[in-house]
Amino acid sequence: MSVKPLRGLLLLPLALLGGCHLVLLNPAGDVARQQSDIMISTTAIMALIIVPVLIAIGVIAWRYRASNRQARYDATWAHSPQLELLVWAAPLLIIIAIGAISWIGTHMVDPYRPLQRIAPDQPVPAGVKPLEVEVVSLRWKWLFLYPQYGIATVNQLAAPVDRPVKFKLTSDAMMDSFFVPAMAGQIYTMPGMQTILHGVINKPGEYRGFSANYSGSGFTDMRFKFLGMSTADFDKWVARVRAAGGDLDRKTYDQLRVPSRAAPVQYYAHFDTGLYNRILNLCVDPGQMCMSQMMAADAHDGDMHGDAAGNAMSMPHAVLKPAPAQAAAKH
Amino acid sequence: MLEALPHRAAIWNFLFGRLTLDSMPFLKPDLEGRIVLVTFIIVAIGGLAILGAITKARKWGYLWKEWFTSVDHKKLGIMYMILATVMLLRGFADAVMMRSQQAVAFGPHMGYLPPEHYDQIFSAHGAIMIFFVAMTYIVGIMNYVMPLQIGSRDVAFPFLNNLSFWFTFWGAMLFMLSLFLGDFSMAGWLGYPPVSELQQGSGVDYYIWGLQLSGLGTLLTGINFAVTILKLRAPGMTLMKMPVFSWTTLCTSGLIIATFPVLTATLFMLALDRYVGTHFFTTGGGGNVMMYINLIWIWGHPEVYILILPLFGVFSEIVPTFSGKPLFGYSSMVYATVAIMILSYLVWLHHFFTMGSGADVNSFFSLTTMMISIPTGVKIFNWLFTMYRGRIRFTVPMLWTLGFLFTFTIGGMTGVMLSVAPADFLLHNSLFLVAHFHNVIIGGVVFGSFAAVNYWFPKAFGFKLDEFWGKASFWFWQIGFWVAFGPLYILGLMGVTRRLSHFEDPSLQIWFIIAAFGAFLIALGILSFLIQIYVSIVRRKAYAVGHDPWDGRTLEWSTSSPPPDYNFAFIPLVRERDAWTDMKAHGFRRPLDGFNPIHMPKNTATGVVIGVLAFACCFGLIWYIWWLAAASLAGVIAVAIAHTFNYHHDHHIPADEVREFEHAGNWQPETRGVNA
Amino acid sequence: MNTTAIDSAASVPPEFLCREEAPPRNGTLLGFWIYLMSDCFIFASLFACNAVLGSNYAGGPTAAEVFDLPGLALNTALLLVSSVTFGFAMLEMARQNKRAMLGWLAVAGLLAAAFVGLEIHEFLGMIAEGAGPGRSAFLSSFFTLVATHGLHVTLGILWLIVLMVQTTKFGLNEANVRRLQCLSMFWHFLDLVWVGVFSYVYLIGVLR
Repeated sequence: MSVKPLRGLLLLPLALLGGCHLVLLNPAGDVARQQSDIMISTTAIMALIIVPVLIAIGVIAWRYRASNRQARYDATWAHSPQLELLVWAAPLLIIIAIGAISWIGTHMVDPYRPLQRIAPDQPVPAGVKPLEVEVVSLRWKWLFLYPQYGIATVNQLAAPVDRPVKFKLTSDAMMDSFFVPAMAGQIYTMPGMQTILHGVINKPGEYRGFSANYSGSGFTDMRFKFLGMSTADFDKWVARVRAAGGDLDRKTYDQLRVPSRAAPVQYYAHFDTGLYNRILNLCVDPGQMCMSQMMAADAHDGDMHGDAAGNAMSMPHAVLKPAPAQAAAKH
Repeated sequence: MLEALPHRAAIWNFLFGRLTLDSMPFLKPDLEGRIVLVTFIIVAIGGLAILGAITKARKWGYLWKEWFTSVDHKKLGIMYMILATVMLLRGFADAVMMRSQQAVAFGPHMGYLPPEHYDQIFSAHGAIMIFFVAMTYIVGIMNYVMPLQIGSRDVAFPFLNNLSFWFTFWGAMLFMLSLFLGDFSMAGWLGYPPVSELQQGSGVDYYIWGLQLSGLGTLLTGINFAVTILKLRAPGMTLMKMPVFSWTTLCTSGLIIATFPVLTATLFMLALDRYVGTHFFTTGGGGNVMMYINLIWIWGHPEVYILILPLFGVFSEIVPTFSGKPLFGYSSMVYATVAIMILSYLVWLHHFFTMGSGADVNSFFSLTTMMISIPTGVKIFNWLFTMYRGRIRFTVPMLWTLGFLFTFTIGGMTGVMLSVAPADFLLHNSLFLVAHFHNVIIGGVVFGSFAAVNYWFPKAFGFKLDEFWGKASFWFWQIGFWVAFGPLYILGLMGVTRRLSHFEDPSLQIWFIIAAFGAFLIALGILSFLIQIYVSIVRRKAYAVGHDPWDGRTLEWSTSSPPPDYNFAFIPLVRERDAWTDMKAHGFRRPLDGFNPIHMPKNTATGVVIGVLAFACCFGLIWYIWWLAAASLAGVIAVAIAHTFNYHHDHHIPADEVREFEHAGNWQPETRGVNA
Repeated sequence: MNTTAIDSAASVPPEFLCREEAPPRNGTLLGFWIYLMSDCFIFASLFACNAVLGSNYAGGPTAAEVFDLPGLALNTALLLVSSVTFGFAMLEMARQNKRAMLGWLAVAGLLAAAFVGLEIHEFLGMIAEGAGPGRSAFLSSFFTLVATHGLHVTLGILWLIVLMVQTTKFGLNEANVRRLQCLSMFWHFLDLVWVGVFSYVYLIGVLR
């Protein structure tokens, strides 16, 4: 189904309103675009019933005004099987239509589902591996880790145009929502849990990203720039981060965790492997038992507590398996 | 956790818990302190003026005997309406602060509210508007109208009704107190953790205990109304002959009974996390934040329908009356109401599609959510067909109804847009969402409440409300609503999200300025409403009407305006759906003789006393003043037990007194009968 | 009222009013039953939390380690027998046998008090072992659910005492009979909830 003419129809009057950029109706990333298409097409289907109803409200109220003695008055008419069938059937048909669209769309653009295409009629090219980004929402800033490149940034995110991006997201303490409206719909970030989002950006440019879920007093300024770049520019950007950067070790991370508002962009040429997993498993601080260990212990009738727990606590640097916490968020 | 303050003497901690002079924000020298100080002065002067006026007029005894201790559902209904209107002013003041902050806080200008203050304001605005304005209005309307409509003399448990009111009242007072003593929750109107778990101080505790108190009142009200409808309908009024407003009251009561306990349990667990360090919703210790979000919405979504169903009932009374026709498709209307009631339990997850539940779960809840729009659509069509071939009188209640039909239909459409899960990933938490729920709550609940007030006011007081100011109020609200929330829809589509106290992009500012102007128009709407009440009271002689000023169709219009304490000298025998229309069609004449003594409940002070003690208990809990909490809780139990030792809660109104009223009451002359 | 007769006699207006006062209808039993149903939702919420959090031991003690099943069997027996003796009291009430009724009520109350006593003992023991409600989410949900039930039983005992005093003083009048019927519902309701707690929280808790 094509929503192009519809989009134009919708955009025209709204654009005339003030030349504002209605990003949700015209996003630059394929995932957001599919979501936007679904929004527009379901709205158009609903308009089939809503617009006549709105007109009918006015027409009926005016036509049957008390002063209009021409209009027929039927003081007892209150029932009609045909009409009642109609009033149940009409909304039902509309809902069946948009329900089907929603059902299919929900599965098609499930944030957990790896991308099959990067644009309409353009499947992901063979051999292209998605860019992986590990996202941590801190109070009140964003930390992005690029495990494939070994670099990390604060409050700035970059991705090559037309390359799928796989985000793994968690949070330090609060519940935030990672949202780049131009790229893909949002997803919550929660401490001790992992969510996943797949997205792609189709046009180079600078886009707004932010937390869409209120998370405390610094939340207002929890923004970042999302840079869509050509592959060459992206490589240059990676080099720039490497050149500029220090090391994101646990000490630096502890400083980052201190709540702050409107934190500046920061680059790190290197970060501790396993940092993301320790954040996810709530065991960044030395002496904390990781949730994954705890859950493994719980599953084995808890023979970890006591001596075993003591041992576990003494080895916080152990490389951990991917978090079982993900399962918690999935179900 | 339970300890008070480490740096002062134990005796002070024992006596005052965590309460210190620093707890009073109006003593602070900063801007926030000054804002609160000015508010405090206004409230203090206003409060003293009212108290002084009552004292001067020597009305305390009257108020105590006739109102505070009254178990009459009509008086309690009116008190609910007054409380709701006062709280509307408070909630709206919060809205004005938010709109003005967002209109100015761009780029280098941070606005006049720091985030800590702004966050309290939006939390208070939401919680107050839902619990103490919308909820209180609908409980007030149901209280006043439902027993009259089913031909009953009172609710099933009149004392409980009084107690419910005082729980609601004192819950609201806890919220008000948080302005001047301590702070308020910064965790939004639903108190999401981790914010609500981590916020130090009294703010979240005010929120918890204020809601626990009023929630208890609401639960008791729900049980009370359900039993009233199931047990006390007039003979002959089968369920399928019951007016639709009473049907919606029954369904709303059912929803209250099944969901408010969930709220109680959830807030109780949040309180335990805060007070004794349990791990229900904490990040560590095995707690689970998502459980809170699920539980609170298992209450929260049905709550939305608790609010709107009674107003659907109100419109189902107003449209037939002013169209001069019975309601079209009565059975459809009833089934649609029941369908909405049941479906509203099955949709809660649509409030967090973006939490990562997976596609199957999201699709399921997306579909159930959409399904609710079917019975809702049926209702809209049925109101339209009721107007069709009618003789529509454009009175103020009917204007509000038309405004509702128009506004709510659009709000419904944007609601279905949000229910499409993939679209919700873009629209969630946006200003589009904010615009949507104001669209249905203002367009539905607020317009409906004003429609109801204008419709039943003559019944309650014997005179009509002023038309001019009523229409002014309607147009200011109607236009103001679209000016205030139209821009929010657009901003939402521009990707702007909610609860922000500061913006960077200057191109957005114009929309927020327009929205602020809309809020100003709504302020004029509220002002017009207050003027309307005032003008009408002043001109009450000129506006006096009889018992049936609108040519009503249901039983409440058969009795005097205002009705006697006992509502009906003789309980009606119902034969048709629109019972009063049926009576009028058969030339009903009311008897003026042959009265019986009427059995009625006696007024009692127990509700007032328990209310005050419960307030003291909550206050003690909020400020960690354990002796106060324990003593007042013991007091509540003792007073409740003492109350049960009095077996004589009732009295009989002698037949002579009934006769006297039936002769002197406010009836239009044509129904006056002969001495039977 | 014969409606067909009224409809056929169109000239005579039908009767629209009850000329006699009907005795007041009492909705207390229905209302109390509805209250119990709403209370069910409180317990349902707490059970749901236990279902979600029941194996989140956070490295702390597990259900199998902290639950004392033999003690629990005794506790359960006490409560169930208390329900039975309350039933006997209600039978005696139906026979207007006030003294016997009071006797059975006292037995039911004492058994319930023993139940609460044992429960407090169990709680204190667990807290002393470091398995208090703040140790893990599992223990939080366990303590809250079981203590909420225990609080209900305690209030039931208080109510029972008040009703015993009232029946002694004022006899088995209509109001007291109604109140005893309500308390009886409450008593059996708490028994049912306990069956849920016993089988779901304790037995399944130990197994998982």
